[in-house]
Amino acid sequence: MSRESALVTADWVEEHLDDPNVVLIEVDEDTEAYVGGHIPGAIRLDWNKDLKDGVRHDFISKERLEELLSSKGVANDNTIVLYGGNNNWFAAYAYWFLVYHGHDDIRLLDGGRKKWELDARELTKDVPERPSTDYKAKDGDEAIRAYRDEVVDAIGAKNLIDVRSPDEYAGRLLAPAHLPQEQAQIPGHVPTAISVPWSKTANDDGTFRSDEELNEIYGEAGFDFGKETIAYCRIGERSSHTWFVLKEILGHSSVKNYDGSWTEYGSLRGVPVALGDEPGAA
Amino acid sequence: MCGAVAGGPSLDGVNVAAEAIVQGVVTRGGEPVSTAYVRLLDRTGEFTAEVPVSATGQFRFFAGPGSWTLRVLAPRSEAVDRVVEAAIGSVADVAIELEPATAQA
Repeated sequence: MSRESALVTADWVEEHLDDPNVVLIEVDEDTEAYVGGHIPGAIRLDWNKDLKDGVRHDFISKERLEELLSSKGVANDNTIVLYGGNNNWFAAYAYWFLVYHGHDDIRLLDGGRKKWELDARELTKDVPERPSTDYKAKDGDEAIRAYRDEVVDAIGAKNLIDVRSPDEYAGRLLAPAHLPQEQAQIPGHVPTAISVPWSKTANDDGTFRSDEELNEIYGEAGFDFGKETIAYCRIGERSSHTWFVLKEILGHSSVKNYDGSWTEYGSLRGVPVALGDEPGAA
Repeated sequence: MCGAVAGGPSLDGVNVAAEAIVQGVVTRGGEPVSTAYVRLLDRTGEFTAEVPVSATGQFRFFAGPGSWTLRVLAPRSEAVDRVVEAAIGSVADVAIELEPATAQA
């Protein structure tokens, strides 16, 4: 993968608004943002109601994903372009999940909804009708997904990247600061995880920084480019953003997203936890 | 909007005693701005959170105690920074007025 194959610009999207093979999908943390206005032709996926199992703490099954995308009119040979608010956190999350289930041609809109709005580009309330399809998903690609035991085993062995804000990493905050701070999990980070906040990889308008800047950011943070990597955050959406940077933009081969992230790890009994601004010892 | 503090969104249902709240309203020419993003930067300038303003220009963060910077991004506007102090159990209410829209689209 590369920047050219994984990202499209707002201009590119405007040029392809009438391209029947391009499916624009908006995914937001605020799932009502779409209702107030979206890019013309875009459909909506709800990261919580549509993509979560609803009973078990997991994503929907392959079969339910097939039903979902078929009903939304998404075909296997479509070019999917994802975008959303929060600097594409949840769009990156959906991107990672659709790659996990094997969609071939998928891109992120660089800068997402914010860049589109700050450019004062057109938004509409019209909801498009797409004829249903017979979408076929693949089994999950476990090469891009990390689970809790693997994270514990990675302490001191693999690159662990904590992409939350510095205050969450250190344990001074328990959630992003637009959310209430009363949370069930304990504060801190996985020992030996380096802190590379996702925000370092993006400009203020939400677009990604250049390859040179990205390599410099990870190099300065002590990232070992020769090792396998696991990224995590609080619930797996910001780490999808970093997974996208490392795997899809910079082309690193072995990068996993730990979607259980700190809400799971910080609730586990007996696992090692580090507090403060330093990575801590294995 | 019963219970609203001037500027920020209503605090109904919010456990103010347990949170260090930073909130407010973004205006231009005295009118609320409905399309803008407010970023919360920590004492080192590192990003901590971001929200789009509401239709009435309002925003809210649940910060930690200490000094923070609010940065407002809006179409046809230069970014505006404001320093604010937060403390548990208090509400820092900030009114941010943007400069008139710049000429370029």
